[in-house]
Amino acid sequence: MNILNMTAVSLAAAIKNKEVTVMDATKAVLKQIEKTESTYNCYVTVDKDGALKQAQEIQGKIDSGELTGPLAGVPVAIKDNMCTEGLLTTCSSKMLGNFVPTYSSQAVINLQRAGAVIIGKTNMDEFAMGSTTETSAFGVTKNPWNQEHVPGGSSGGSAAAVAAEECYYALGSDTGGSIRQPASFCGVVGMKPTYGSVSRYGLIAYASSLDQIGPLCKDVTDCATIMEVITSHDQKDSTSVQREDTDFTSALVDDVKGMKIGIPRDYFGEGLDSEVKEAVLKAAEVLREKGATLEEFDLSLADYAIPAYYTIAAAEASSNLERFDGIKYGYRTESYKGLHNMYKKSRSEGFGAEVKRRIMLGSFVLSSGYYDAYYLKALRVKALIKNAFDEAFAKYDVILGPVAPTTAPKLGESLSDPIKMYLGDIYTISVNLAGLPGMSVPCGIDSKGLPIGLQLIGDCFKEKNIIRAAYTYEKARGAFGRKEEN
Amino acid sequence: MANIISDETIEYVGILAKLELSDEEKEAAKRDMGRMLDYIDKLGELDTAGVEPMSHIFPVQNVFREDVVTGTDCREAILKNAPRQKDGMFVVPKTFD
Repeated sequence: MNILNMTAVSLAAAIKNKEVTVMDATKAVLKQIEKTESTYNCYVTVDKDGALKQAQEIQGKIDSGELTGPLAGVPVAIKDNMCTEGLLTTCSSKMLGNFVPTYSSQAVINLQRAGAVIIGKTNMDEFAMGSTTETSAFGVTKNPWNQEHVPGGSSGGSAAAVAAEECYYALGSDTGGSIRQPASFCGVVGMKPTYGSVSRYGLIAYASSLDQIGPLCKDVTDCATIMEVITSHDQKDSTSVQREDTDFTSALVDDVKGMKIGIPRDYFGEGLDSEVKEAVLKAAEVLREKGATLEEFDLSLADYAIPAYYTIAAAEASSNLERFDGIKYGYRTESYKGLHNMYKKSRSEGFGAEVKRRIMLGSFVLSSGYYDAYYLKALRVKALIKNAFDEAFAKYDVILGPVAPTTAPKLGESLSDPIKMYLGDIYTISVNLAGLPGMSVPCGIDSKGLPIGLQLIGDCFKEKNIIRAAYTYEKARGAFGRKEEN
Repeated sequence: MANIISDETIEYVGILAKLELSDEEKEAAKRDMGRMLDYIDKLGELDTAGVEPMSHIFPVQNVFREDVVTGTDCREAILKNAPRQKDGMFVVPKTFD
């Protein structure tokens, strides 16, 4: 039995049935890491000793009946912007190169309570700013489908680790597409929940009004199961929402009869790769055959989402990243003249180019004289975008489109032109501005052999619609994986 | 209308952002920020008169809770992350003469 290619839920079931031990699974993952990590670089930190220790403890709790959940004993990887008590948390930045948190983020605690074995911390774009995982201070991560290509970003390490079977599932965070886009590029399932569903406590903030933690995993069943575990109301996060309808696995139903699916014409226009377009429309056709109704419509405002997003995200980033001052934790410059010079030098040496670029832009759009023209304007456009989605969801249960305009670009092709890189976020970014849930599901492979992602978007708190559509599609599609595995 | 970022603006933003940029970085920042602002100017095409700025998507007001101490004493662990520490305190540069 190859236990590495099992899904998280099937592994937990096998552990429960005593066909596999938690130690077997943990050792299998660690062995896989040993074998392929030098090629892919999915992780910043692998906590081998900690994982083995957890495996033993968790097996004990499963045997004693204390842990009975559907993820008990399953090894997981955590994006390196979520605090883990006693375990290095770098945000893939030199600024936090030696930071060891004294507490864990709530999402991680929720997983631990469910019996997760934390294998390590995954690579990412520095402070989650980027779309390729190339802005990491700890080297690039390579796409397991083709090492010459990026895994996407910013949760590129998490997506690649799942695709490379260096973990069974992973947590990522999504501010403008940072879960869905790498999931698409690496051929795995990824979900950004409704804003406020998963606590941001312990998530190192990039743009707080847009950031949301979510799963990257092997299939839709895993996705719904992980969602049930990580979703919780948390008093420590003032934007956390109290929800009743978090029984996401109840939506794992192979039926979309009567479901109304809207297809925004604006998501299929210029700039969309023809192979991506074809695969996504084919997936839509599958759902129609299964009983959903499809209708094209104009979502409008798609072109305005990116400029609004980069204004808001940069503004919030400039404010959130003020805390990195070289005093209480993080990087401090070697030599300096006085306090202010120390702040400036520490920050200038500790942050990479993309982070500095966004902090500068954010400081500018918030500065006196420009605040109304840029920042408030962007917040007004955000309101218009939210209205456009409200109108769409008055008619449709789910909106269907591509995740990204292309499949994974080659390493080194994206960073030279920031605006071109930002344009790659065009189909994912509005979802964050409107606080909506969105999922990426693999729906094809292009002629280069790279995976294509289908994006399903739901109204706020309507994850179950997406899960049902995704599950139905996945059943019809059949198994999906890299060639050598099939 | 292209945005031309002056040396003065970059200096000013550097002060706000607490970043010290090399001459090369300043030139790159001027170029990048100009291009980004040109791009952001696209928002001007939209009539937003009468539209309230939306900072939060849900109608959440101030969220209050009781101020209960839940954390434990982890001073040692916290101080371990400090670039410099002495006698249980953070060491900072002299702030005034």
